[in-house]
Amino acid sequence: MSDETPAPETPATPAKPDGGDRKQPSMGKQIVDAIVTGNSVVVTFLAIVLGLVVGGILMVLSDQEVLDKYKYFFADPGDSLSASWTLVKNAYVALFEGSIVDPSTFDSNYAPFILGPISETISQATPLIFGGIAISIAFRAGLFNIGAQGQIIAGAILASWMGFQFDLPVGIHLILVILAGILGGAFYAAIAGVLKGRFGAHEVIITIMLNYIALYFLSWLLTTDAFQRPGTQQLIGKSAHSNATLPRLFGDELRINLGIILALAALVLYWWILNRSAMGFELRAVGSNPEAARTAGMSVPRAQVVAMALSGGMAGLIGVSQVMGPYNPAHSLTTAIDAGLGFTAITVALLGRTSPVGVLFASLLFGALQAGGSRMQASAGVSIDIVIVVQAVIVLMVAAPPLVRTIFRLKGAHSGGEGALVATETGGVGGES
Amino acid sequence: MTALKLELRGITKRFGSLVANDHIDLTVEPGEIHCLLGENGAGKSTLMNVLYGLYEPTSGEIVVDGQPRTFRTAGDAIDAGIGMVHQHFMLVPVFTVAENVMLGEEETKALGWLDRRRARKKVLDLVAEYGLAVDPDVMVEDLPVGLQQRVEILKALVRDAKVLILDEPTAVLTPQETQELFRVMRALRASGHSIVFITHKLKEVKAVADRITVIRRGKVVGTAEPSASETELASLMVGRPVDLVVHKEPARPGDVRFTMDKVTVVDDLGNVHVDGVDLELREGEILGIAGVQGNGQTELTEAILGLRRPAAGKITLDGRDLSTLSPRKTLEMGVGFVPEDRQHDGIVGEFTVAENLVLDLVTRPPFGGGVAINPKSVRENAYKRVREFDIRTQSIDSPAGTLSGGNQQKVVVAREMSRPLRLFIASQPTRGVDVGAMEFIHQRIVAERDLGTPVIIVSTELDEVVALADRIAVMYRGRIVGIVPPTASREQLGLLMAGVDDPALLAAAAGKPDAEADGTTDSTDTTDSTNDGEEGQA
Repeated sequence: MSDETPAPETPATPAKPDGGDRKQPSMGKQIVDAIVTGNSVVVTFLAIVLGLVVGGILMVLSDQEVLDKYKYFFADPGDSLSASWTLVKNAYVALFEGSIVDPSTFDSNYAPFILGPISETISQATPLIFGGIAISIAFRAGLFNIGAQGQIIAGAILASWMGFQFDLPVGIHLILVILAGILGGAFYAAIAGVLKGRFGAHEVIITIMLNYIALYFLSWLLTTDAFQRPGTQQLIGKSAHSNATLPRLFGDELRINLGIILALAALVLYWWILNRSAMGFELRAVGSNPEAARTAGMSVPRAQVVAMALSGGMAGLIGVSQVMGPYNPAHSLTTAIDAGLGFTAITVALLGRTSPVGVLFASLLFGALQAGGSRMQASAGVSIDIVIVVQAVIVLMVAAPPLVRTIFRLKGAHSGGEGALVATETGGVGGES
Repeated sequence: MTALKLELRGITKRFGSLVANDHIDLTVEPGEIHCLLGENGAGKSTLMNVLYGLYEPTSGEIVVDGQPRTFRTAGDAIDAGIGMVHQHFMLVPVFTVAENVMLGEEETKALGWLDRRRARKKVLDLVAEYGLAVDPDVMVEDLPVGLQQRVEILKALVRDAKVLILDEPTAVLTPQETQELFRVMRALRASGHSIVFITHKLKEVKAVADRITVIRRGKVVGTAEPSASETELASLMVGRPVDLVVHKEPARPGDVRFTMDKVTVVDDLGNVHVDGVDLELREGEILGIAGVQGNGQTELTEAILGLRRPAAGKITLDGRDLSTLSPRKTLEMGVGFVPEDRQHDGIVGEFTVAENLVLDLVTRPPFGGGVAINPKSVRENAYKRVREFDIRTQSIDSPAGTLSGGNQQKVVVAREMSRPLRLFIASQPTRGVDVGAMEFIHQRIVAERDLGTPVIIVSTELDEVVALADRIAVMYRGRIVGIVPPTASREQLGLLMAGVDDPALLAAAAGKPDAEADGTTDSTDTTDSTNDGEEGQA
């Protein structure tokens, strides 16, 4: 109860020299708190529902034919409503058929047709899993890594170079490519980690700037003879040897590839690092209370560098799958090699609440939306951009749990139970404002 | 002003399955200082938050001057004449005293122009009326804690509070500031205000209360007169007989194990916090470091641990130089360290109790050593320590942040004492800890000494230092101004804490009998509080 000794930190005691962040938790820390404590599975689920509802409304608003029907809404409301319903239903049915399973393919009795949609979903989810882990691991150490884009590019450059420069035996080549990608991303992120840990520069600013550096460095590289594909003026890199690419798992007709195995392994590794390794223990301690971590003998700068390197290594794996994966038939670098995944990764980590299982499901959801979105565009004539809106709404809602609770009239997560206990223990003054 | 009679009848407050208040009856008569005494977690603050409209009671009613009232918000309570000073102040640091007092009730002139002059005048009137000396034009951030608290009291008074609730007001104050607060409380009582004074410190209760209500585990377990002995009050509060005296054999100091040689600690801004400190500590003795908060004690202990590198001087433990070691290396050498501010530096609130119990041990066997942690040994250790140190937690997997402060402190102490030590350092080992836990922690510290470990205790509570220490070093402005035996008089210690090291004065003081808790002389009071203020602005 009122036992919590008020911090002796007062204007009456001299300011601590290292005091900048003593009182104010870092931005990364605040974000982690918001993600980890602010949400429940229910809120996440409802956010997805809301995202789909908003997506439906936008479909109607962007379809002129249906909108015209609303002009005589009061004369014949049924017409406009049924047209809207049909539009939205067709779109979401296509979304489902494109991402999970299409019943009409059952008759074909041809496995690649039936399994195609789920293979697409998994393939699309693969880089997102790496990305979700990358952002989450930094989050847990109290760092907000905005620089996945740059780290993806760094990983992709090294992986691609390893892929086209050498011609090595099956297996060995791919392993070296993967290692090169991890190293590229880890090294690039570690720069930000060192600047943060040793010199106290803000990681958000640094990583954003490093993104630009990576992006324009890549553009320049693609003009050099070492990287540019011979015989073209375009900014396209050389193709990797086939031994360097991620092999498909179930034949050429399904895009599902070795990447997903790596991604699942990475998830297990992430879980292990967080919950079973001394290093993960330190990362979490530093992320949660750097002062206590320091007093317990941990090196905060070291933990920050390690966290950034791990984060970057994971981002580097996106780079590998972007160059060596099935969506890049030429297996070559382009200036758009990161495909915006560095930022989608942040939303995946947010939605997955930085937990390994959460990241897996969030990635699969986003992968499914991506996979189904293409089908939706093709067969229902609804722009794939709607999918991005749906994703954005979901993340928006997840980032603001009170909003979802208000919309659905949920009781606050902190009424009763443990939350109330916490309130009592700390004297409950938090309730006053 | 018209005085106000406040009654709480059968107040019950539940949080889920937890009953924080169980049919509590409490009557606060006009013009009395009513003390609410109870251990940490007994339900005192919950009760006051109910009274102040922050929590809605599950059942029961609040009666003001015979009228049942419902408070839905703090605003309702304020309107009814109830004011509250929280443990954590609700002040805007960059506003002046007058601005803070007026915040929310701004006086405006035409066009919404703030009427600062009227605000100032109101503050000055109150200052004159109750002797609450504070300058209305000073920025709150430049005030020492004691004066900030006074601003909080002014805020309540300006809103016509007739009943003032003070939630653990002395927890943040120096002994001198506490005396000042008591003086203010008495002045308020004389003018017809009543005060609900929440605390778990027995001396203070006896010094200032008119009536005492004791709460234990959410229930009123009795009322007492201030004339009751401390032992009686403590037993009532804890529910069993409590021993307030630290039992220990005389120290049997052995060889010198730990030395500090002209150690100086300077911060990045060039402020000297520790100024050429020489200390020697022998095997099997407890050295108490006394002093008013902010005289370099914190920095001294941080330098020993390696959190700060001394600018000059040498620190050795068993012949090894500590001054260049990292905190981890120092800890691995066998130093146990209980930081001054446990919530800030001692525990990771989001981590479980089990994890916190190995916070600085995970890199060592049996909990770790290689890359992996051994979860089984972490859990086994947690079960063992929770039992051994009587840590009250729902489970070893509860986040440590949900524990009461006393139990958090037990987690830190348990962790730091659960390994072979060469040196044990504890800052404010029992701050915010209730009587029962305090007794236990003191016993453990003495037991550690008896094992032969040299122990350093830093505390601003003179009682604690006197009770535990075999020798007392007094720090003032970064220097050790004197080392005295624990039999030294309070007078003498008080003078040293105020930086007086004139041998003649000290000799005179040494002859005087011990001063009572509220009887320290006024001259010491003023010197000390001003010094404290200056330190802050340095």
